[in-house]
Amino acid sequence: MAVKKMGLKQKYAHLTRGLDWETSYQKMDDVFPYDQFEGIKITDWSKWEDPFRLTMDAYWKFQAEKERKLYAVIDAFAQNNGQLNVSDARYINVLKLFLTGVSPLEYQAHRGFAFTGRHMRGVGPRIAAQMQSLDELRHFQTQAHTISHYNKFFDGIAEFQHMHDRVWYLSVPKSFFDDARAAGPFEFMIAIGFAFEYVLTNLLFVPFMSGAAYNGDMSTVTFGFSAQSDESRHMTLGIEVIKFLLEQHPDNLPIVQKWVDKWFWRGFKVLGLVAMMMDYMLPKKVMSWKEAWEIYFTEAGGSLFTDLERYGLKVPKYADVATEMAEHISHQNWAVFYQYTHAAAFHTWTPDKEHLDWLSEKYPNTFDKYYRPRWEMWAKMDEEGKRFYNMALPQLCQTCQIPMAYTEPGDPTQIAFRCTEWNGEMYHFCSDGCKDIFDDEPEKYAQSWLPVHQIFQGNCGGPTVPDVLNWYRLNVGADNMDYVGSPDEQVWNSWKGKAPAEAAE
Amino acid sequence: MPVIALDKDYAKKVEFRDNVNNFHGNQLTYVHWEEHNMFCSAIAFPLPPAMPFGALVSEVIAPHYAAHPDAAKIDWSKVEWMIDGKKVTPDFDKSLAENGMKHKSLVRFWTPGLNGYKGTYS
Ligand SMILES: [Fe+2]
Ligand SMILES: [Fe+2]
Repeated sequence: MAVKKMGLKQKYAHLTRGLDWETSYQKMDDVFPYDQFEGIKITDWSKWEDPFRLTMDAYWKFQAEKERKLYAVIDAFAQNNGQLNVSDARYINVLKLFLTGVSPLEYQAHRGFAFTGRHMRGVGPRIAAQMQSLDELRHFQTQAHTISHYNKFFDGIAEFQHMHDRVWYLSVPKSFFDDARAAGPFEFMIAIGFAFEYVLTNLLFVPFMSGAAYNGDMSTVTFGFSAQSDESRHMTLGIEVIKFLLEQHPDNLPIVQKWVDKWFWRGFKVLGLVAMMMDYMLPKKVMSWKEAWEIYFTEAGGSLFTDLERYGLKVPKYADVATEMAEHISHQNWAVFYQYTHAAAFHTWTPDKEHLDWLSEKYPNTFDKYYRPRWEMWAKMDEEGKRFYNMALPQLCQTCQIPMAYTEPGDPTQIAFRCTEWNGEMYHFCSDGCKDIFDDEPEKYAQSWLPVHQIFQGNCGGPTVPDVLNWYRLNVGADNMDYVGSPDEQVWNSWKGKAPAEAAE
Repeated sequence: MPVIALDKDYAKKVEFRDNVNNFHGNQLTYVHWEEHNMFCSAIAFPLPPAMPFGALVSEVIAPHYAAHPDAAKIDWSKVEWMIDGKKVTPDFDKSLAENGMKHKSLVRFWTPGLNGYKGTYS
């Protein structure tokens, strides 16, 4: 008798059949020790709808198809020397930032979702988290493979994973994910599944992928397309988590609200790197950070939170502060990297006149008043042979680990300082948002591995800057410093038949 | 709020990473020159608590801010100081500790009449 082919629905039923069996030799609470301590109350796991009902065979078939296409494009890109078609070699620094700062987070997400899938006792979230875990591992691999082509020609790429674990500014995205993964599975799902994937992902992914498209990087664009269908699944999972938790028990609301507030703020601070990338690093601009914030947070996020009002969930605390900061954050961040260019694994530059004019136009209320004079001052100092390097190490925020370079809400002339005294010691913060997060769980954030303090404690290869850079595996004179005068610039100019760098003047 | 953790004894097992004992006899000091945001943030130094405040100014603060065009014009006798949120007049001959500075103290200072490149706070 011929075996009848099963429909998708049937296949899914077989895949998940009995996965939520009641254990008898061991207590259920011993088998799933992580899903209660956060205080979240679940009355009926079966209410968690898996909106996709993907089966493993369908998953592999679909992903394999996408990846065959991606690798065909990568091969063609390599054979045709696609790197010659990017807008300018400055663009490659965007990829360096992405590979060192974001790709390792894909791997962290893979591990986080694998853990979450194991430790939730409902079938729906276990299957969905497993699928996302696989997606994230693929994203890490395909990003590393896509960008590896550039590693043949440009500096600052080869040691990305090592750097992610050590370099001062990479502790910002790293600690963000460490924080999420050190939380319980529900907080992880709200942090990464909802706040990051749902609320903020369009401010990470869209800028990088459209930046790639505008700047002629077809391989990264193709990677973006291949990840897109996964992303929409992740977003749906993120919204499902929120609805499920809020429908299960009214006591969940204040816990979920606290996590939404916290992870919105954490995510917003990490996205400052994207802000700087959009406003300063793309040779061909897509839109300003402020415009992106308006479209993807103020408008899209606004309607999302209106939608969630029926569950009692409110717009994240300090969303208004973040919106005001959208006016400043890119300028303040690029200024940090400009003055610490000797310790960064990508190149920096001062914006030229055309670029300054674009910024003046995009930020009419603030740029000419506060930031344009700063760039003009630095350009002048550079011309006089006194290019500015900050030779001291910056004070870092205990929570977000970013140099405390942000100004007071409502006063862009003053750096914001916040401080808490706890357990006989002072802790410093860049903002009320970061201070609140610490105050809620001081035991956790008193353990922050702050790169500046670690250097002073003698844990980073030695006391001098060259010792530390060596410990970062940062190739001094190639990976760091200004683009003008770099080996990257040299190789680009030799391909393009341009004269040697003006810096030699 | 106490930390929410699976391990009831979590708080007892925490390693406070920046305990002053980890800094080899030094304490952390943060310094910030107000209205001169060319320096993106306050800057950090591990310093002996017995260091005279005057030495902090002449050996640490002055050289690290020397790159700014305003730096040469600073009259140190007119500088306004704030330590850990309080306006103070530090005694230059006394030590950091005697001036009330602890591990991770923040020293902010204003230079009246000097407020950055072309008065733009840069
Ligand atoms: Fe991903
Ligand atoms: Fe912060």
